[in-house]
Amino acid sequence: MTAKSRSRFSLALDILNHGGLLIVALLFLFPFFWMVSNAVRGNAEVLAIPVRILPNVFEWDNFGKAWTQLPFGRFFFNSLFISSSVTVITVIVSCLSGYAFARLKFPGRETLLMAYLGTLMVPAIMLIIPLFLIVNSLGMVNTFQGVILPVAFGTFGAFLMRQFFLSIPMELEEAARIDGASRLRILVSIIVPLSMPAIGLLSLFTFIGQWNNFLWPLIVMTGSENATLPVGLTYFQTQSGTQWNFIMAGAALSMLPGVFLAILLQKLIYNSIALNAGMGGR
Amino acid sequence: MAAIEDMTEVTSRPRSRWGNRLERREARTALFFLLPGLIGMVLFLVVPIIASVVLSFTNWKLLGTPEFVGFSNYVRLFTADPQFWPVLRNTLFFTAEYLVLNIVISLGLAVWISSLKMGQRWFRVVFFLPTFTPGIAVAIVWMLIFAPDGFFDFLMRSISVQIPSMLTDQTLAMQAVVIVSLWAGVGYNTVLFNAALDMVPQSYLEAARIDGANAWQRFWKIRLPLISPTLFFGTVMTAITSLQVFDQIYVMTRGGPGNATATLGYAIYQRGFQNFQMGYASTIAWVMFAMIMALTAVQFWLQRKWVHYDS
Repeated sequence: MTAKSRSRFSLALDILNHGGLLIVALLFLFPFFWMVSNAVRGNAEVLAIPVRILPNVFEWDNFGKAWTQLPFGRFFFNSLFISSSVTVITVIVSCLSGYAFARLKFPGRETLLMAYLGTLMVPAIMLIIPLFLIVNSLGMVNTFQGVILPVAFGTFGAFLMRQFFLSIPMELEEAARIDGASRLRILVSIIVPLSMPAIGLLSLFTFIGQWNNFLWPLIVMTGSENATLPVGLTYFQTQSGTQWNFIMAGAALSMLPGVFLAILLQKLIYNSIALNAGMGGR
Repeated sequence: MAAIEDMTEVTSRPRSRWGNRLERREARTALFFLLPGLIGMVLFLVVPIIASVVLSFTNWKLLGTPEFVGFSNYVRLFTADPQFWPVLRNTLFFTAEYLVLNIVISLGLAVWISSLKMGQRWFRVVFFLPTFTPGIAVAIVWMLIFAPDGFFDFLMRSISVQIPSMLTDQTLAMQAVVIVSLWAGVGYNTVLFNAALDMVPQSYLEAARIDGANAWQRFWKIRLPLISPTLFFGTVMTAITSLQVFDQIYVMTRGGPGNATATLGYAIYQRGFQNFQMGYASTIAWVMFAMIMALTAVQFWLQRKWVHYDS
């Protein structure tokens, strides 16, 4: 083989390689396509024989109907409120604890940090029953605080923020301390502004985690008016004459923030997962 | 709480008065910073863990007063409950199949993506997308695909494969759950392994190439051993989550048909929140915890045989 024909051969191989994965990726995306395609057709067309890949008539207003008629709009705001509240509380609590672990000397610091890390081993589903009983005894079943508070104090955030704070040079806050600034003031006006990458990461994963959470809101939100999107989606599943097109519209709605954030913040997500890959490796 | 007790011990230690006061002040500030997190952790983590142990030895049914019943929940679970062994078998079956397929597929995709000259990040995003979307929505979309006379049946008919409808068949229903879980879960490990592959120093691969190693040998002798710690991390995390599988089963099969897809996670929900057997459900939760610990321990033990750490 001449050098020229070899390079032509490797180019063909390259195109084949890219094309092959492109086909796999398109097949992988099919469920998303099927969801949208069924969301915008008449319900009679959803399970019609023969199967129609695209709707006869595109009924784009199905999204509007799902939003107002099935209260997916209401569920959307419930989800948004719960996920945002948990995120805000988690970030505040994690910054406070993380700062104490990173910068303040106190007896038993290492032991407490170990205890924080240890709680990460406990699977969420284990705590569902006692947590529900606590919420129940506090009279908070079917309330927003009942769904928000028990999941807002995860210990992972404290550890994440500690790790990040440790990487900030001590000199930056020493000047402020000499000027007599309090620790809280230093945290708020010096450390937090420098820690936006870590805070962003914690917010992103907390928000998405809560947005996608199902079992916990399913148990606590016993009234349909307080349901989150994932819980609301299951309401219309077993009723007679399932409105598949509206359910698909609701499912698409519930996927929107995650898809949007995954595309927009792909670099941040990749870097954070790469950090895990690195820690597993070293 | 240990922090507070330790603190009094330190303050009684003889020291110069000045340093002592500064230390006390710093410890007080620390307590103030830690307090919100500590209260939350005690109330929503420590107390529930203890309560869960205690509950598993009672017969509490939400209404009425709990009665201490010793080990009888555990005894009943392993000897008298006709549903427990099928549930355990289903959980282990799902975990084994899902875990192996997840690791194989995500490693395959990660290697494939890393071989590309362009568009790597877009392929990563595509496979990662379901990971960021609600598991419930994913399961509902797949339920429509698997519905009788739905798209999957159409596909099978058009390639002349005669199989019963997935979700209503005793053996196929679990396969449907595995497929959905794979679609939803393969993306995280794909990105994880891809990131690990990116970290393999190019110079190692170059050196091997000069020594005449082909792509196949470079993969098995260099890249795979070098990413094995990440592979191990991914395997452990995936095993832990797959033992807890719940969302897909709640939506698609409700544990059925019969109890063909009832898993431990589903059994906890069913006993706890449909039958309100809080004590008995807690017992199942502890069995699940024991399984998670056992599986993780086994993997840590096995890692000595295949994971390479550079020292």
